[in-house]
This record gives sequence, structure tokens and C-alpha cells, in this order.
Amino acid sequence: MIFADMVTWLTDPSHWTGPGGVPARVAEHLLYCVLAVLAAGLVGVPLGMFVGHTGRGSVLLVGASNVLRALPTLGLVSILYLIAGGGTVPVLLGLVVLAIPPILAGTYAGLQDVDRSVVDAAKGMGMTGRQLLWRVELPNSMPLLMGGVRSSMLQVVATAGVAAFVGLGGLGRPLLDGLRVLDYGQVVSGAVLIALLAVLLDLVLAGAQKLVVPRGLRLIAGTAGRRRTQRRVEEPVQELVTTGGQQETGGTRA
Amino acid sequence: MFSDLGKYLSDAGTRADIGTDLVDHIYLSLLPLVFGVVVAVPLGWVAHRFGRARGALLGVMNIVYTVPSIALFVIIPVLIGSQILSPVNVIVALTIYTTALLVRPITDALDAVPAHVIAAATAMGFRQWRRFLAVELPLSIPVLAAGMRVGSVSNISLVSVGALIGTGGLGGLFTDGFSRRYLPPIIVGITLTLVLALVVDLLLVALRRALTPWTRVQGVAVQ
Amino acid sequence: MKRTVAALAVGTALLLSACGSSQSLSGNSSDQSGGGGDVVVGSADFTENKVLAEVYAGALRNAGFKATVKPGIGARDIVVKALQDKSLGVVPEYSGNLLNFFDKSNTTSTSEDVYAALKTKVPAGLGVYDKSAAEDKDVLVVTKQTADSGVKSMADLGPKCATLVLGAAGEWPQRWKDKIKELYGCEFKEIKATDAGGPITVDKLKSGETQVANLFTTSSDIAANGFVQLADPKNMYPAQNIVPLVRNDALTDKGKTALNKVSAALTTDKLAALVKRVDVDKETVANVAADFVKQNNL
Repeated sequence: MIFADMVTWLTDPSHWTGPGGVPARVAEHLLYCVLAVLAAGLVGVPLGMFVGHTGRGSVLLVGASNVLRALPTLGLVSILYLIAGGGTVPVLLGLVVLAIPPILAGTYAGLQDVDRSVVDAAKGMGMTGRQLLWRVELPNSMPLLMGGVRSSMLQVVATAGVAAFVGLGGLGRPLLDGLRVLDYGQVVSGAVLIALLAVLLDLVLAGAQKLVVPRGLRLIAGTAGRRRTQRRVEEPVQELVTTGGQQETGGTRA
Repeated sequence: MFSDLGKYLSDAGTRADIGTDLVDHIYLSLLPLVFGVVVAVPLGWVAHRFGRARGALLGVMNIVYTVPSIALFVIIPVLIGSQILSPVNVIVALTIYTTALLVRPITDALDAVPAHVIAAATAMGFRQWRRFLAVELPLSIPVLAAGMRVGSVSNISLVSVGALIGTGGLGGLFTDGFSRRYLPPIIVGITLTLVLALVVDLLLVALRRALTPWTRVQGVAVQ
Repeated sequence: MKRTVAALAVGTALLLSACGSSQSLSGNSSDQSGGGGDVVVGSADFTENKVLAEVYAGALRNAGFKATVKPGIGARDIVVKALQDKSLGVVPEYSGNLLNFFDKSNTTSTSEDVYAALKTKVPAGLGVYDKSAAEDKDVLVVTKQTADSGVKSMADLGPKCATLVLGAAGEWPQRWKDKIKELYGCEFKEIKATDAGGPITVDKLKSGETQVANLFTTSSDIAANGFVQLADPKNMYPAQNIVPLVRNDALTDKGKTALNKVSAALTTDKLAALVKRVDVDKETVANVAADFVKQNNL
């Protein structure tokens, strides 16, 4: 029974020490993910703000993020590894590439979704473009922006697991290494740990999302919900692609 | 680079193998899409109908969607007792993702069917089940189709990960290319995956238009 | 639950076979039961094994069988199950690893001993034919510089291991860590999980991230990079002669003769040359195998 094998593997103290131990693998996985999402945020947020604020390049952005969403992660990390001639850096770069689209799309969609009357009101108050962006558009786009960060994180947690195939450390290691010797206890332990890490990171980011969303937005969230579901049926396609739940904000999965 | 690609594709046996991989890829990604719709519609109906089940159901779907595919591929056999390297695992895992993706929009779409429409249908003598199948469900097709578009692209991209457990359709080209340090199979695999995603997307758009003639009558605003 | 899953599996299998038959009608016989001269050759998912499976199939075809190849079956327990449930007839195997699979307590390591033990341990209904002189076994390799500094055999490793990092597939420590300490007094500074003799293992040795790497003797990377194979005077790694593992009712004596001829024709060097044509020269497995069958009149 595989489940019993998993318990046996997870409770063996020798699997919890050294460079291949569970804590070290979890730490590696976490490091890759946080680094990749941070790097992706540094690229994606400013770019998304630019496109969302000015409206320039939005066609290109939607097109590019659709293509990236269909990109097979295993193929991407394999080709990057081979072109760069090995090493960890190209693989991490691959993670960043896959982490950008959800953040970019989330930021862009967030800015697009800001109530036009709010923007008009801000303009009417005499705000400059810069003030409008930083004090009105960005805070108001936080729910979707953070939704983008969350799906970006999920994407990276998954892809980092797959990237064990091209030599990356982390929790993909026990999974793939166990598969080769048919040690299913180890395989499933790796899988369960990856799944737990993904769920936990998502919870943490969901908490962060609550913190950074302005109180005013949270207060009207209840009433907005009704309005949004109503609109969903009127323009379903745009809803899903640009302003749907966090999982649909242009994110790929792996 | 291109001469390598030409050389790789010049062999008839290789082309036949790629064809087989492509066919595998298509059924491994699209069967779950169909199964996912079949499972998600009743679940969406339950969430729409029973307020109590709603929170729990949508919460579980959110968590399920969070689990990475490589993990789900090998956890499935533990849950259902299938062989660990069986294609069934990939199909079940992708069905679960498709379901998780679709339940929320379907629920929302059913919620959004205007009360006067339902009242009219009831007044015309539609019983609950017929009303659901003939009125409420068709009205949520646009939402369902939009969800299926996201799901199909996601499934098509995910199938390749299955190559790591022995069932990956075009993903086999990635493992083959990597182990031989040979780019052509990888390039062919990525290209075919993208083309397949595009073609299926176009087909779904066409299907939605065919199934919802009323949206065209009302005007172009919908598209 | 079980029933739904079974139904799902059957439905999938039906669709699969429907797709398969519409895709390739090229001589694939639908009857794989082993009767009427049909036989399915399985292979694991790496170049050498795929080539061997094609060679077996080619030789069996010339002996009048209708042979098809099912590549990439994967792990050993699946292969054995597939043989037993008649979805496969023959698979190319490796004597040492196969013996260890059937007999976890095995201690034999020389070519003859392993083969003799293997013949007695194969489960009922299955059998092995003649072993080939060709072998593909684990080997530790180092760069030329390391070899020049006086490491030419595993016996030279000893205390030096404390400063050396080994790159090997993830399962290596589990199998060999205690054994190498016992036989050669070697405890590596660190063992990095890489892949099974693939690009990662090779690249890490080249870049100096590891100083010792576990590869396989038929690997074309060894010669291409000027790596030096360390001798194994105490036979830590068991012999891995190529041997056909068959389901006894899948083949007639004619088939046995054909596969024994393949085993006789193969040598380690020839096998390595076949692997090189696929891995380095990027030829296809089918073409390389067909050439070998033709050249050796199999």
C-alpha cells in the first residue's frame, strides 16, 4: 500500500537530515520560488502598470501571455538548459519567465478594472497622471495584482518540481529520484510535500492580499460581488481572461 | 539549427512517431476537458442550489487547483488504486483540474440567470429538470465555453509533464531531446503544443458560436 | 469507487486503441496474445534499451515472427508484470540488475555467477536466453586531470573521498554508499543527485561541481570528454550482461535461436557504437537497429 510506504518514508529520521533531507529540500524549493516570483514582480508589475495606465501595448501583452500560458514547462526548462550548456541559472531564468505573465496580466487587469467613475473623479480633483497612478489606480488594482502574484507563485512551485528533471534541487528531487527506483513511498512523499508547500504559500499570499487591499475596497467587496457576477454573463470571455478569479489571471499551470 | 530540424524531420519513422505522440497528446488533454465539464456542471448546480454546500465546494476546488500537476499525477494512484505509471492518472488529474476550474464560473453563471427568465420558463410549464437543461444550462454556455478555453490551454500544456511518469504525449519529445542533447525534438514538441492549443481554442470559439445563436442576434458586443 | 475507475480505465483504453488503429495501420497486428507468430518486444526508456528492443524485433521478424516494439515501458516491475499479463513477449534486460530485482539478497557479482544465479531465480513462466558478452554497467569516472593526479582505480579513492564530490543518480547512495565504504574505504564529501548517466551528470563533472561521476560503460560521453574510467578490482558493481527476458510461451525455438544469435553478435564496443549513432550522430533508433541486424545477418 503506497500510503503506508509514504508514512514509513516520512517518519524515517534519516530522511530529515543532510543536503538531501526534507528540511533542506523544502528550503531549496522555497528559495527558488521566492527568488523567481520576486524577480518576476520586478519586471511584471512596472510593465503591467505602464501598459495598464497608458493602454499602450495591451494587444501584445494579451497575446504574449496567452502564448506563454500554453508553453509546456518541461520543454521550456529542457531547451533553456541545453542552450545555456547546463547549470542552475538558466533553469531559474525559466522559472522567472513563467512567473512573469500572471503578475503582468494581474497588474494590467487590475488597472483596467478600476472603476472609470473613480478615475474621472480623481481627474476632476486635479490629480496629475502620476498621482492618479500611484494613489488611485495602483491601490484599487491590488486585489487583482495580488491574485496575479498568487497564481505566479503556484506556477513556480509546480515548475520548480518539474525542473528537477534538468538537475534543479528542491522537492522535485525525492519525487523523480524515487520514481527511478520505484520507491513509491519517497515519490508520494515528495509529491505531498510539494502540494502542501503550494497550498501553504497560497494561504500566506492570500493573507498578504487581505493586508494590502485598501480598506475601502474591502468594505464595498460585498456589494461589488453581485454587480460583478451580473456582468460576467454579459461579457463572459473578457471576464475570465482579464478579471476573473485569481486562477484565471493569465496564469499558466505546471 | 534549421538544417538539424530538417534532418530530424526527414526520417519517415520519426514523423510517424511524432504523429503518435500528437494523437496521444490530443486525447490525454481533451478527454479530461470533456470529463471535467460532465463533472463540473452538476457540482456547479449543487453549489448554485444549496447555499450550505457552496462555500465548502468552492473552497475545496480552490485548494485542489493549487496542487501542482507533477504531485497530483503521482498522488492519484494512492487515492484511486491505479498503476503509478498509468495514463489513467494523467487523465484523472487533468479532469480534476478542469473541474476545479469550471465549478466556480458555472455556479456564478447559474446564479446570474435572471429571475424573470426562470419565472417565464416555469410559467410555460417547464419542470425543474427540463428547465435546467433547456433554459439555465444553455444560458451559461458562454461562461462554460470561456472556462473550457482556459482549461484546454492549461491541459494541453500540462500533459507534457506526464512524460516524467511515462505518459506525456508530446512531452516524450522533451525527455528524448534532453537526454540526447538534441534540440530538434524539443522545438518540434513545443511548436506542436502551441499549435494544438491554438487550434483547439479556435474550435471552442466556433463551437460556442454554434451553440449560442442568440448571442449573435443580440449584437457583436458579446464577442 | 473502484468500479468507476475501472470503467474510466476501460473507456480510456478503448479510445486509446481506437485512436491508435486509425493512426497507424502499418502492419500492427491487433492480436498480441503470442499465438500465430505475433510477439511484442518491450523496452525501457533510454537509448540503448530502445536500440536493443528494435534489434530483437528485427531478428525475430527475419525468423518469421510478426514482431512489434513497445518502447518506453519504464520500470522493471512494470516490465515484468507486462510480460506476465501477456502484453509483452520479450524485453532486453541486464543480468545483474535483473537478478537483484528477483533476489534482493543476491551477493554474486561476476558475469558467470550472476547469470547462473539469474537462471534459477526467474519466476515461473518467464525465462532468460543466452547472455551476451556485451555489458552495460555502472562505472565511476573522473576527468583526465584527476586521473593524472593518481586516481585511476576505485582502490586509489580511499581517504581522498573526503575531498571529492560524487555526481550520481538519486538512487546511488541507497545502493552503493555503504558498499563503497566497506570495499574501498571511501566516504564522499557529498553525493549530488544528478541523473542516470545523462547530461546533468556529465555537465557537473565537466564544470568541476563534482569530481567523480557515475556513468555507464556504453556512454558515448566518456570518450567524447576524455573521462577516465576507474577500475573496480573488488567488483563492487555486479556484471550487467545483456540478456533477453522472455515469457516462455511467447516464442518458439526458432525465436530462441534468433535471439541467441543477437546475443552472440553483440559486444560492449558494438553496443557503444550503436548508442553513439543515436545519441551523438542523432540517427533514429529504428535505422541504427536495422543496420545492425543486416550487417550481422540476424
